[in-house]
Amino acid sequence: MAVKDYIRERFFPHLWCPGCGHGIVMGAMIRAIEKLGIQKSDIVVVSGIGCSSRICGYLDFHTLHTLHGRALAFATGLKLSRPELTLLVPMGDGDAFAIGGNHLIHAARRNIDLTAIIMNNNIYGMTGGQSSPSTGYGDLATTAPYGNIDPSFDPVNLVLGAGASFVARTTTYHVTSMINILEKAITHKGFSVVEVLSQCPTYYGRKNRLATAVDMMNFYKNRTTPIGSKDKEKNPDLIERGIFIQEERPEYCAEYAKLIEKARSQ
Amino acid sequence: MAKKKKGKPVINREWCKGCGICVEFCPEDALALDEMEKSNLAYPDKCNSCGMCELRCPDLAIELR
Repeated sequence: MAVKDYIRERFFPHLWCPGCGHGIVMGAMIRAIEKLGIQKSDIVVVSGIGCSSRICGYLDFHTLHTLHGRALAFATGLKLSRPELTLLVPMGDGDAFAIGGNHLIHAARRNIDLTAIIMNNNIYGMTGGQSSPSTGYGDLATTAPYGNIDPSFDPVNLVLGAGASFVARTTTYHVTSMINILEKAITHKGFSVVEVLSQCPTYYGRKNRLATAVDMMNFYKNRTTPIGSKDKEKNPDLIERGIFIQEERPEYCAEYAKLIEKARSQ
Repeated sequence: MAKKKKGKPVINREWCKGCGICVEFCPEDALALDEMEKSNLAYPDKCNSCGMCELRCPDLAIELR
């Protein structure tokens, strides 16, 4: 099938700003699903609120557009009742780390078979560029006009600590690697988190000397490095990308099914 | 590198927002923005059909055909 078979063409051109990375992530999601050959009717995309969450309007799967930060809670309920479905949960950094932070760590702790795709653009884009939990120290935002003094979350370490069994980071520049990582994350049985560094040229870039999408993608190209590379030893400020963990652990729906069997047999 | 696909980029001008990502990151410099700030295969002879423009287009406006 072609990319156009997976989208709702009537909503195109989409509403994202010129150069917004979220469209690249959407394209990569489509291509990963196409490569895996999963039926459209077996996929559910559950999103919350924000620029990133608009994705579920554009994708032609079963889609749920839910409450801010609560996408993982809705997805957990759906997965438990219909474990045979493949669930993708695209989220923004505000959605995932601020209002939805608790849902994220508990979904990770339970190891429920969902794929959380966190499009981290370091800002609240939809509401006008307020600083988010992933806005870096010293970065400018509309709510931090003199520079942000809050240290940012390290999303990878956050979900590793919470117990996610698949954790990866990639960027919109490294799009072929993003497609490969998404394929692995979707097929992984357990909670998968893929953090995608995704540019917001309008609100993050413009305020932080990366005025265009091209500047921001060049930043991802030059300031990230594969996990364990020698460049990282020379320059500790580089951001590592790749798969940090991929482990088989007891999955929540399977454990729940076992529990029901056990209760019924008594 | 992306798997080589046959065909050359065909640009949907109604969806293209002129961000210039495809132009900047084309390994062969085959694309350019035209006077309407839309992407355009300005040098078709340079294009090696790698498909990176298609994968990186945030507007899903490029398709290799």
